[in-house]
Amino acid sequence: MDMQNITNIVYLVAAVLFILDLKMLAHPRTAVRGNQLGALAMVLAIVATLASGRWDWTYIILGIGIGSLIGAVAAIKVKMTSMPEMVGLFNGFGGGASVLVAGSALIATFNAVGAGADAGDMQMKVATVLSGLIGSVTFFGSYVAFGKLAEFLCVKWKLHNWQKIIKYGSSLAVAAGGIWYGLSLDFSPLSIVFMVSMLMIAAMLLLKKDRFPGMNLLKTLSAIAAVAIGVMLVLDPSNTALFWVLVGVAGVLGVVLTLSIGGADMPVVIALLNSYSGLAAAATGFVINNTVLIIAGSLVGASGIILTKIMCKAMNRSLANVLFGTMGPTADTPDADEVYKTVKSASADEVAMTLEVAQRVVIVPGYGMAVAQAQHAVRDVANFLEDKGIEVEYAIHPVAGRMPGHMNVLLAEADVPYEKLKEMDEINPTMDQVDVAIVLGANDVVNPVARTDPSSPIAGMPIIDVDKARTVVVIKRSLSPGFAGIPNPLFAADNTLMFFSDGKKAMLDLLAALKEQ
Amino acid sequence: MSSLVMLITVFVLALFVGNEIITKVPPTLHTPLMSGSNAISGITIIGALILAGVLESDPQFNQVAKIMAFVAVIFATINVVGGFLVTGRMLKMFQRK
Repeated sequence: MDMQNITNIVYLVAAVLFILDLKMLAHPRTAVRGNQLGALAMVLAIVATLASGRWDWTYIILGIGIGSLIGAVAAIKVKMTSMPEMVGLFNGFGGGASVLVAGSALIATFNAVGAGADAGDMQMKVATVLSGLIGSVTFFGSYVAFGKLAEFLCVKWKLHNWQKIIKYGSSLAVAAGGIWYGLSLDFSPLSIVFMVSMLMIAAMLLLKKDRFPGMNLLKTLSAIAAVAIGVMLVLDPSNTALFWVLVGVAGVLGVVLTLSIGGADMPVVIALLNSYSGLAAAATGFVINNTVLIIAGSLVGASGIILTKIMCKAMNRSLANVLFGTMGPTADTPDADEVYKTVKSASADEVAMTLEVAQRVVIVPGYGMAVAQAQHAVRDVANFLEDKGIEVEYAIHPVAGRMPGHMNVLLAEADVPYEKLKEMDEINPTMDQVDVAIVLGANDVVNPVARTDPSSPIAGMPIIDVDKARTVVVIKRSLSPGFAGIPNPLFAADNTLMFFSDGKKAMLDLLAALKEQ
Repeated sequence: MSSLVMLITVFVLALFVGNEIITKVPPTLHTPLMSGSNAISGITIIGALILAGVLESDPQFNQVAKIMAFVAVIFATINVVGGFLVTGRMLKMFQRK
């Protein structure tokens, strides 16, 4: 059997192991082993590749060394509350790698054509264009998602030094790269398109707002331009400059698509970019004729698309609406002061007294729990209540937090057993048998207006029906609205107590009050 | 069957397999699913390695292409190593009682 066949068989084994990895992720007990199988598959694929030919090892060893170091340090140091940023950033690296591989393959192929080899076939040309386009949208889109989650893009307040370095450094690098490469193309129409694209990206990354007039027009224009340049590249692939112009224009599309998306829509975008990073890898597989890239890439693509669909459904919105629509208060949104006339504020002692006599308590966490890093304090309160024989469960809305499953990871970090985490559809039918529902840093996902007011921007969005519990305790720093920008009548309901405090401090005060009684 | 048709067949079938197995992942594990699948998308490293290791005697050798592939190796390795490690870290938290 020749070497190529052996390599392909190892690729097949790797592909099967990737599938098993994802299959074993279906249960927390088998998931750790699944993840190890996935890592093993990756090692097998790499070893099979490196064993199949003769190489100049310098860049291979250096690249793997540097990448492993950065990846390992990031993975070990990252806080669980920062997981959305981390996944956002890693999506970007995946997209960036696909762009570079496709570009590198294009240059290498036409270098060889110059030396008398055959030109690449149609498959290679189309795949290179797709890989460059999807990869660039993923790379720039992920950078914006990362910047928004790490709170250094589109913000008005003062930045930390590390944030300034990343923010201004990236803009400067994009602008400088745009001008340098653009000038090397001698002021042709292509060089102008490239320079304008790169300068636009650099400028958009400096904005203090996430919306500007003409945004949807820019989305459409950059999408059309990217496709047009892609077609030109397929027709004339020896003009490698076109590839970079494509990357620049697709970059504008990636930035402008992600920029306007904030807060509650973030989980959708992170899932979508995850899908793109997989599809870009699959396209790269078509560029270099490699099945393991195609299989692994399409598995990831499918995974991201499924998560995107779940997130959209949980907000009762279409993907087009998330990407192109705007969400916010409508003209007939009720006045906040009017809605909040009857708000009752409570102290830690009063909340503790209510909890003392409860039999069944449900905790509904939201992004506020992540911001306040309150997960450990929440667990302490829950443990104290359980020791007194009170049943405690957690109700998790699918879009609570900034990425799919964000709340679950934080509670797992605090050693909360996963059996206690209930999905929305599971907990809602029994909500009227709950004595106390504690809402911790969540807002829109518990707003009963979604059920009652068909004209509301969140009308029809599935919510956790905390208002049906006997008593609702809402822990929140102020009455400020959630992402949808509308007041929440739950806060003023007869059975609601508002406990104004930071999430973590509230839980610590509550625990102290419970212990005193 | 041409090689392109075969590759498209593989692509479409893999999408269906992905769809079938990932629908079964519970919402509790959606974050590890994302970081784990992210690590898998680092498979681009295969392409990056092939292009970064081109020998100077190869007709495809080009210094610019090689440096691009080198950066791609770094990016993809961050994705792979970081992705699998952080997923493992998260999943261990779900496992302990």
